[in-house]
Amino acid sequence: MEPKFKISHFFIHGDPLILGADVSIGIATVMIIFVLTYFKKWKWLWKEWLTTVDHKKIGIMYVIAALLMLFRGGVDALLMRTQLALPNLKVLLSEHYNEIFTTHGTIMILFMAMPLIFAMMNIVIPLQIGARDVAYPFLNAISFWLFFFGAMLLNLSFVIGGSPNAGWVGYPPLSELQFNPGPGENFYVLAIQISGIGSLATGINFLVTILKMRTKGMRLMDMPLFTWSVLATSILIIAAFPVITVTMLLLFLDRFAGAHFFTMTHGGDPMMYINLFWIWGHPEVYIVILPAFGIFSEVTSVFSKKVTFGYTSMVVSMMLISFYAYFTWVHHFFTMGAGAGVNTFFAVSTMIIAIPTGVKVFNWLLTMYQGRIRLTEPMLWTIAFIPCFAIGGATGVMLSIAPADYQYHNSYFLIAHFHQVLIGGTVFGMFAGLTYWWPKMFGFKLNETLGRWAFWLWNIGFYACFMPQYALGFMGMTRRIYTYGWDMGWAPLNLISSIGAVIMGIAFLFQVWEIAYSVKYGERDTTGDPWDGHTLEWSLPSPAPKYNFAVLPEVHGRDAWWKTKEAKERGDYEEKKQELEPIHYPKNSGIPFILSVFFFIAGFGFTFEWVWMGALGLLGVAICLIVRSFQYDTDYYISVDEIKETEAALRGEV
Amino acid sequence: MENIVSHHTDHHEEHEAHESIKIDGFWLFLVSDVLLFGALFATFIVLRTHYAEGPTSQDLFDVKEFTIETFVLLTSSFTSGLATLEMNKGHVKSLITWLIVTALLGATFVGFEIHEFSGMVSEGYKMSTSAFLSGFFTLVGTHGCHVSLGLIWMIGLIIQVARRGFTPVTERKLSIISLYWHFLDAVWIFIFTVVYLIGVM
Repeated sequence: MEPKFKISHFFIHGDPLILGADVSIGIATVMIIFVLTYFKKWKWLWKEWLTTVDHKKIGIMYVIAALLMLFRGGVDALLMRTQLALPNLKVLLSEHYNEIFTTHGTIMILFMAMPLIFAMMNIVIPLQIGARDVAYPFLNAISFWLFFFGAMLLNLSFVIGGSPNAGWVGYPPLSELQFNPGPGENFYVLAIQISGIGSLATGINFLVTILKMRTKGMRLMDMPLFTWSVLATSILIIAAFPVITVTMLLLFLDRFAGAHFFTMTHGGDPMMYINLFWIWGHPEVYIVILPAFGIFSEVTSVFSKKVTFGYTSMVVSMMLISFYAYFTWVHHFFTMGAGAGVNTFFAVSTMIIAIPTGVKVFNWLLTMYQGRIRLTEPMLWTIAFIPCFAIGGATGVMLSIAPADYQYHNSYFLIAHFHQVLIGGTVFGMFAGLTYWWPKMFGFKLNETLGRWAFWLWNIGFYACFMPQYALGFMGMTRRIYTYGWDMGWAPLNLISSIGAVIMGIAFLFQVWEIAYSVKYGERDTTGDPWDGHTLEWSLPSPAPKYNFAVLPEVHGRDAWWKTKEAKERGDYEEKKQELEPIHYPKNSGIPFILSVFFFIAGFGFTFEWVWMGALGLLGVAICLIVRSFQYDTDYYISVDEIKETEAALRGEV
Repeated sequence: MENIVSHHTDHHEEHEAHESIKIDGFWLFLVSDVLLFGALFATFIVLRTHYAEGPTSQDLFDVKEFTIETFVLLTSSFTSGLATLEMNKGHVKSLITWLIVTALLGATFVGFEIHEFSGMVSEGYKMSTSAFLSGFFTLVGTHGCHVSLGLIWMIGLIIQVARRGFTPVTERKLSIISLYWHFLDAVWIFIFTVVYLIGVM
């Protein structure tokens, strides 16, 4: 087959922004290579990070990647807000604006929110349930590298070949070859495909981990609520991600092989794509919010010094949310005209799903009620989340009223709504989680003063940015327009909104400063329990040794670590002296990294429809899998002596 | 000495627990694969009658061919079951024999499918002919890819078992491939019904 794209499609020229990006990517690459070579860190990078199967290190890599993607997506957002700040600006041309809002959405959902959640899951879950690792450490490494190279593939589109421009939802027929002949949409499809395989594997991995690897005595109803939230999210991932895999496959076949799934001719049906997309897309919304709910539950309980109010109802509402999440997808396109019966069903199901969420909000409030509240940074994010999410939820219920939705649909009201639940819910939740578990990851606390600056700037910026957008939606401003005239009367509110966006950008800089400052000056965590925590992760030194628990703990009931501490205070704690035993531990492996590089090569090849390159990449993937299948020497035992030495160094005792 | 022996059995048990957890994960993978096929089936059913200008399912499907194809795959599922029985009895050689029979039947099935597809394409009925054919080639082809991957995997396993005999690891791998094979059989029964039988009705 004659390739559709030639080398001349490769580099984009003529746009100063992209030229700038080319140059800065080039400089950054040279710098990284220089630093690694000068400090002789190549071997360290490979041995300690690229080949690791340790869930804690994988979690840290997820954090780094997610924060980089937050920066990239944030720059996209600032560019858009600059363009919209005043009428008739020409900062971005319409074509470029389309690309920017597409990559902003795709990156923020799939390459920022998802990895931040996976970061929290990886860092916390095994520690919280008293396990030495996840169920499949090797698969876990594959998941990370697939996500990473998927993200790289999408980001590459900015400088090579051109970015996708059909919105983060990629609706056909706009995303079809006929209207979108460049490689941009292929980047979108294949990046989502590659990282999606990794996400699915993560879902399976954590569901098995939680169901099968809990320490002795921990029943399901004894699990910390964050663990419950990850259980619910994992179920959703397993049930939702196969559908996006199929959706992207079908769109790719349309573009690559001339199939007619979603085209306007030969019997294709674009609405089928939209249905499939949201059958994944709506559960995806809950995939990114449920772990945040779990974090808020942990934080409110610890910083109110109370057990969580209504534990059982918290669990039940999370499971209900993960069930109802499957029955609301049509509310993303009431205007499709599916008929009154269908729209009514989905309107009612959408309203119903607000109920368990409401239950949780009251439970958090009642957990705080009469508690001894400590206003630490994680707690601040939690407290800010509650009103923010309540408004976001209320506007969500407004949107669920199908007849009214014909007015709100695709207006800035919708934009304001989903940013409010995603930033106010997921992002604030992940910030709470990051600041809460930071000492566990790195052994030092983040600086509170700088954290408070970031917190207030984020909040002020957020409300300044998005509250005007609700009004703009009512005034008729629709999403994805790249400019507007003075006669529309939208100028003042847009300007306020853009100022809010800039404030959020400054808030992000404060967070970078907060991290950089704390690396050097942050309060060191010598106890492993800096917050007086309730759950098992705080019983370990910070950072935890690679095997986590020298002796697996035995727990009775909820908040196991809190109970142990209380028993110690009362003096009726009997420490069972258990003999140390050699620990079975997986060996590091380069295969996950290499396999993902081959996936990247395949993805890049198919993006440009260079079949030879795609086939070569897939062949590499197959060889990696076969090599792994023939490997039998995959783990080893950590000797008792080594455990003793490590523990002595960490705890100053044996 | 006693100590060392007891330690050894401990490790062995630990290993077996570790292997059984991998089977749990594979069940969940199968759940996700069911949903993958579910989405493909849903798409096919929606587009089933969107023939555009192209041929209908009555024009294309050959009852004799797809019936033989089905029997071949069903038989391979049976022989894969026989292989598992031999594994439980501890007979390496007969297990390998049955696995080879299974793989040959699987290859025959894939051959039938390639024959069917290439016949259609040579008559000019391609994925790009109509939405119906896009759905058909994708659904049936995805199943065919699953079977083909299963074949490569099975050959790899035959070599491993021939080299190493039964260990907790090879036994786990054999259990997983037999699960996978039976699963593909079950999916085919739905394809047989939804695509072919209803298609020629």
